[in-house]
Amino acid sequence: MSSHSSEGDLVKHGDNYINHSAGIKSWLNTLDHKRIGMMYLFTVMIFFLIGGFFALGIRLELFSPGMQFMTPDTYNRFFTYHGAIMVFMVIIPLIPAAMGNFILPMQLGAKDVAFPRWNLVSYYIYVTGALIAASTLFLKGVDTGWTFYTPYSIRSNSSATFVLLGAFIMGFSSILTGLNFIVTIHKLRAPGLTWGRLPLFVWALYATSIIQVLATPVLAITLLLLILERTLGIGVFDPKLGGDPVLFQHFFWFYSHPAVYIMILPAMGVISELVPVFSRKPIFGYKAIAGATFGIALVSFIVWGHHLFVSGQSEFANFVFSLITMFVAIPTGVKVFSWLGTMYKGSLRFDTPMLYVFGFLFVFTIGGLTGVFLAVVSIDVHLTDTYFVIAHFHYVMVGGTIMAFLGGIHYWFPKFSGKMYHESLAKFACWLVMIGFNVTFFPQFIVGTLGMPRRYADYLPQFTNYNRASTVGSWILALGLFITAYNLFRSMKTGKAAGDNPWGGLTLEWQTTSPPPFENFKYDPVVTEGPYEYKGDRIGMGINA
Amino acid sequence: MTKLMLALLLSSTSITSAFAATLPVAATDVSQSWDTLYWFLIWVSGIFFVGIVLAMIIFVVKYRKEVHKKSKYIHGHTGLEIVWTVIPSILLFVMFGWGWAVYKDMIHAPSDAMEIHVIGKQWMWQFVYKNGTSSIGDLYVPLNKPVKMVMSSEDVIHSFFIPNFRVKQDVVPGMYTYVWFEAKVPGIHQIFCTEYCGTSHSGMLGRVIVLKDDQWKDWQQGKKIDVDSLPADPSFPGFRANRLGEGMPSTAGTSSTSGGQISLAEKGKALTTAKGCVACHSSDGTKIVGPSYKGIYGTDVKLADGSTVKIDENYIRESIENPTAKVVEGFPPSMPPYKGLVNEEEIMAITEYIKSLK
Repeated sequence: MSSHSSEGDLVKHGDNYINHSAGIKSWLNTLDHKRIGMMYLFTVMIFFLIGGFFALGIRLELFSPGMQFMTPDTYNRFFTYHGAIMVFMVIIPLIPAAMGNFILPMQLGAKDVAFPRWNLVSYYIYVTGALIAASTLFLKGVDTGWTFYTPYSIRSNSSATFVLLGAFIMGFSSILTGLNFIVTIHKLRAPGLTWGRLPLFVWALYATSIIQVLATPVLAITLLLLILERTLGIGVFDPKLGGDPVLFQHFFWFYSHPAVYIMILPAMGVISELVPVFSRKPIFGYKAIAGATFGIALVSFIVWGHHLFVSGQSEFANFVFSLITMFVAIPTGVKVFSWLGTMYKGSLRFDTPMLYVFGFLFVFTIGGLTGVFLAVVSIDVHLTDTYFVIAHFHYVMVGGTIMAFLGGIHYWFPKFSGKMYHESLAKFACWLVMIGFNVTFFPQFIVGTLGMPRRYADYLPQFTNYNRASTVGSWILALGLFITAYNLFRSMKTGKAAGDNPWGGLTLEWQTTSPPPFENFKYDPVVTEGPYEYKGDRIGMGINA
Repeated sequence: MTKLMLALLLSSTSITSAFAATLPVAATDVSQSWDTLYWFLIWVSGIFFVGIVLAMIIFVVKYRKEVHKKSKYIHGHTGLEIVWTVIPSILLFVMFGWGWAVYKDMIHAPSDAMEIHVIGKQWMWQFVYKNGTSSIGDLYVPLNKPVKMVMSSEDVIHSFFIPNFRVKQDVVPGMYTYVWFEAKVPGIHQIFCTEYCGTSHSGMLGRVIVLKDDQWKDWQQGKKIDVDSLPADPSFPGFRANRLGEGMPSTAGTSSTSGGQISLAEKGKALTTAKGCVACHSSDGTKIVGPSYKGIYGTDVKLADGSTVKIDENYIRESIENPTAKVVEGFPPSMPPYKGLVNEEEIMAITEYIKSLK
């Protein structure tokens, strides 16, 4: 232990990060990565609730053709807020900033991230940006869609400027967190924790951080130009002023395509942690998974043009972007096969986190395979901007990221809180989430292929049955998520004591008490082998290294 | 296992037909080749999906801790990893290549295709034909003849989508984009706007009305076509295709500017006089201040900066709106920009006039 946190301090202030110091101020001013992670988690969950409210509103209106509950203008605001909140305020910070903040330093055997004060600054930047964007709910609202396509977004008579400003500010939080993680991974690894022994969650966060640092500035510049165009009338994107509206789409997707991998890579990292633990077997193809993570991160920067196949970009550009996009599928496939390979001849446990792993593999495979459809340029022409695309990215973003997040939150809940959640209630909720999710989004593949366009406040009567199924599914999904939230909140108080390492995990976060003490470890950990060496005595549950 | 495979193969045709209802009717040759590729993708991804799920189920049964107490200590298998990298890669390149082949047919219109202008505006589709007629919401085309849409937008980005023809293209302000098709099924086909464009985006609908030879002749001669008597959209038996504004609060306030009976090119000719273009540009090949319009369309010209450019719709638009951007060699950069002084329909008419001067 370092000199300033002697054993005496620990005894005096309590023995874990939660009771280490008391009062709301001790949380708001904290530099402890675990507390900051928890603060991110709660803030993100509040926005998840708001974004989910808009989703349910969209589905309710679409239960029948015609307008029932809102005007088209209100509907357009609903889908814009749903998209903008879920992307910028929920999925991007969800796993890296909330879970990553808590787990990453612990998996490295570090006391904190490299720059704890910057870490807190990132959180407040995120909150500031999110509040500015959310304030428009009480102004004129925003109706541009989360993609802010020009020239509509320039001419839209709404509070789009504030949402753009909010997203611009939140970008800095993302960049700072990314930088912080990169430095932490490079400089704060425990003795013996070589690159080849890093947990795959760390590798995933490393790749994600690189994307955050390199791509987010491009979004910042783009949003700033759009703000200037809206307020000062400079002509960058509006053809009336001599600008090019398609240029905006290039700029926007140059960030937002890599951002898709900011959302999914950490989720894949979580799955790579869960599979070996609950299979009691080393991960299959460690190097291949770590390599695939970086393969995806690299390719993510050069495929943005596949969002523009029908935008009017050149035939040659379509050729190149369709070809390169195919390369995304290869490392993604390698990961899925490697997770299956890990289960092969394992000794499988079916605790809730593992249930979510199966759910993830089921829906993510569908999400990935339908992505190939959209990468094939001619197939994309018919399917793009229809509900097929909506279904595809919800299978990846919700089916992938949210499933992995739910698996991870159940897996690390005992570490966060020291308590265990109610197992059978959690499993019941998991089934509801799985069923609700598929009932919501699978019909959208069909209705999209039949031609129903996205962002439609009203639709033709021939699409009614598919939309009804989808709406009913959204209620089941919401119920599953509410039960999960109830279970976790309640278990924080009334859950049984979980013990330090209920899953028998071998990564470093499990080699300390639950909840972990201030500065994480009573003794400086030393690493002597890889993170998933399940053999001999360690195959059974609950046996520590 | 082999029996199962055989049964699967035998039932494949019936499965395909059961799922065929999940696609709109294929009303062009391009849509049919699109469908073949689509089913190939469905089968390949279906096999991968079933394989992955089957593996999971087998592992769950065989390796659950109750029956498989000790896991095997394995870190990987290089051969297997190579196999599951290489095989998908090959399949992906096949998909890419096939997809590209279909795409080329999809975007390259035959040279004899009949051109129709499309103007997207919030929230309607306007179609302008060579003979100067225009229609809103309903697009009239002949059966079995290639038709090429020359499209632009007057305000924000729209997207022109005909599911039965499997074509879609964004309609962008300030530039021209194209879509072509050769309809093989007479009757009505749905048109959607698929790029979000504001309040009544979902009301920006239209219908393609594919006419047989005699009906097409009637329509060209100005006779009214009884659209309701034509076959309904075959993709949704029992539902009529919807046109602009039906069932939606239409906020479209712009009045229709139908061209009357003068042709588009004639209208363009009148405009070149009215706007003063003829002071500098002749129509008979004489060089005044600027280049003559005669015979220039479709040719390559050398610019003052040494590069060459093909004179097409986009070049003409640019040269009207921002003439000094690409000045033809040997001419002074003296024309003032007409941006904002000519509207979308006027640019289109002038372009047609220039095209007509062979």
